[in-house]
Amino acid sequence: MNLQSDDFELFGLQPQFAQDRSVIDERWKQLQRQAHPDRFADQGPAAQRLAMQWSVRINEAHQRLKDPLRRAAYLCQLRGAAVDAHDNTAMPAQFLAQQIEWREALDEAGDMDALEALAEQTRSQRAQGFEHLAHSLDVTGDARQAAGWVRSLMFMERFSQEVDARIDRMGV
Amino acid sequence: MALLQISEPGQAPDPHARRIGIGIDLGTTHSLVAAVRHGVAECLPDPSGQVILPSVVRYLEGGGRQIGQEALAAQVTDPGNTIASVKRLMGRSLSDLSVRPPYELLDKPGMVAIGTRAGEKSPVEVSAEILATLRYRAEDTFNADIDGAVITVPAYFDDAQRQATKDAAQLAGLNVLRLINEPTAAAIAYGLDNASEGLFAVYDLGGGTFDISILRLTRGVFEVVATGGDSALGGDDYDRALAQAMAEQAGLGPIGALAPAAQAALLRQARLAKEALSDSQSLQVELELEGRLHRWALQRETLMACTAALTDRTLAAVRRVLRDAQLKPDAIAGVVMVGGSTRMPAVQQAVQAFFGKPPLNNLNPDEVVALGAAISANQLVGNRGGDDLLLLDVIPLSLGLETMGGLVERIVPRNQTIPTAMAQDFTTYQDGQTALALHVVQGERDLVADCRSLARFELRGIPPMAAGAARIRVTFTVDADGLLTVSAQEQVSGVQARIDVKPSYGLSDDEIARMLKDSFATAQQDVQARARLEAQVDADRMILATQSAMAADPDLLSAEEREAIEGLVEALRAVRAGADAAAIEAATQALAQGTEAFAARRMNKGITLALAGKNIESI
Repeated sequence: MNLQSDDFELFGLQPQFAQDRSVIDERWKQLQRQAHPDRFADQGPAAQRLAMQWSVRINEAHQRLKDPLRRAAYLCQLRGAAVDAHDNTAMPAQFLAQQIEWREALDEAGDMDALEALAEQTRSQRAQGFEHLAHSLDVTGDARQAAGWVRSLMFMERFSQEVDARIDRMGV
Repeated sequence: MALLQISEPGQAPDPHARRIGIGIDLGTTHSLVAAVRHGVAECLPDPSGQVILPSVVRYLEGGGRQIGQEALAAQVTDPGNTIASVKRLMGRSLSDLSVRPPYELLDKPGMVAIGTRAGEKSPVEVSAEILATLRYRAEDTFNADIDGAVITVPAYFDDAQRQATKDAAQLAGLNVLRLINEPTAAAIAYGLDNASEGLFAVYDLGGGTFDISILRLTRGVFEVVATGGDSALGGDDYDRALAQAMAEQAGLGPIGALAPAAQAALLRQARLAKEALSDSQSLQVELELEGRLHRWALQRETLMACTAALTDRTLAAVRRVLRDAQLKPDAIAGVVMVGGSTRMPAVQQAVQAFFGKPPLNNLNPDEVVALGAAISANQLVGNRGGDDLLLLDVIPLSLGLETMGGLVERIVPRNQTIPTAMAQDFTTYQDGQTALALHVVQGERDLVADCRSLARFELRGIPPMAAGAARIRVTFTVDADGLLTVSAQEQVSGVQARIDVKPSYGLSDDEIARMLKDSFATAQQDVQARARLEAQVDADRMILATQSAMAADPDLLSAEEREAIEGLVEALRAVRAGADAAAIEAATQALAQGTEAFAARRMNKGITLALAGKNIESI
């Protein structure tokens, strides 16, 4: 175990997509109990510096593990199929067509009911996407296909944030 | 009969003696100091039995100062030299301030200054006077030096305000163990007292700041889920709103246009009336202003009506924080009320209506923050007790960099658990560009102009390359106090730059030295003697830590390593008694370096044990 261990090793978890969020949070707190700089406040600057490095590393791993999409992207990267969200934006035509359709629907949605319906539609699509993602990571072990699902889900996530933002504005 | 032990001169009588840690709530209107005594946190009173120290400093003719109650009493007669609510000025420039106090403000680069008869004063110096007063109170109580202090700050304080607070504590001669957020401190005091578990909201409406934090409490872990607020909204604003309503009723016009003495008198009367209306429904008030006697009949409803907009502003912040935490109001198990302003029935009712349950207020809202800070300080100085608590706090405001077109690129999003380090790569804009100007900002808006500027620095010496070819990695590191350090490195050439985010508003070393010289906190002390004393305290701490580490994990050291470390300890002991602060510091540093590898091994052991599901203490 050292600062270079991957997130799963650090948290003592199987390197797979399916995880129990409460276990992740529990491990996080256990690790911080040992490593947080507050534990070493009376032990000099060298201990403080080390504790800070560990504590930062544990928080970084926690951020990545607790978010299913970031966890999946990280797994793809560990398995040699980095998602490369910035460079690789080639998406299947069918998916892009659906995205355009959703954006039009968002532009046209004039009331709360229309927005809620759109939010519900994206929710169910995302849930399906996550099922495919889990299957390709944990069952078939196809990291390249999984990376494709991560990219689609990133688009969907951004879209549903926009829907939520519209709902918030309307709610005020 | 057992013989009594007497220690060698200059040595701690008992390395396992209880160390003294104090918690200080440095508030806008009043401040308190608390400590754990006989296993219980309690606020320390002054000789007259008062625990509350009004946060007011008055500069007298002839160089003297009054701090606290006496200064407060002079607010109306000497408004120009009586500095109240200085917390609102910490880390702020003149253009940041919407409300003008009755004393003179001077526009200075970085932080505003105050013009007094004793000359120009930085808000940091004024705060240091208050902190030093509390430090003396604690020293008198224990009849001993204080080992360290935890100072509380509003959760919503930005980097500039935190740094200014830390500077003030250092100026007051305090060893700052940690800055902790006021709502978190309140949660510690509340949670430990009530053995609570689950999600809690802390609604903290103080004299000049409003904070709202959502915390998850599980077996001694205080995890902040989200935090928000308004660092310029508090009881002062309620006073001002009521004073304004009274002025209009009396045909006096805007209160800002009144003479300073009249303004101060009216504000004071408004504050007293506000407090009285928490207990009674109506009130008769009279006040002589500029030679005329005015009378008011005030109802609780009058106060409610003229301050409703302020209470609504707090609820808007509550709503935003719940959204950040992705929670509905009914997920909250309890709402803890903190700060004197939460005594107002209108505030209690508004909070109850919002959360659908009565707020918890079984602890004194004035004291709860200082008590929590004391519990934390007691643990941080090394008194391991029954309460093994852990704070996992968050950064309240996003941190980012200016990019082309005056836009903000967010590097660390708000509500990120600290400590944290996050990096992002940037590149050059022009062919052959050899330098990069980095502008660090804090805030939630997309335009740099709408965020708070924290620092500017340059990365120079980048080898000339085509535009877009350089890879400049900028890393933001936020420590457990919530303070930021930024570093930048060009990845191809390895050119580096680094900054502790301080220069754009913080105090330079020269300024600190000047303040130390003038300061009441150190007037009686020789600066050199103080440096030596601090070096000795650090040396003792290091020796003690090394010895207890070697005793706890002897198996992690080879015989040679043990010998080398013992040699460094002896070397430090040898110079410790001398008068040369620099030599003591150097030997302490050498010991720290010599034990670094050992410390790393101990840390790894701790982590491995944690993974095995065991706690170090239970082995």
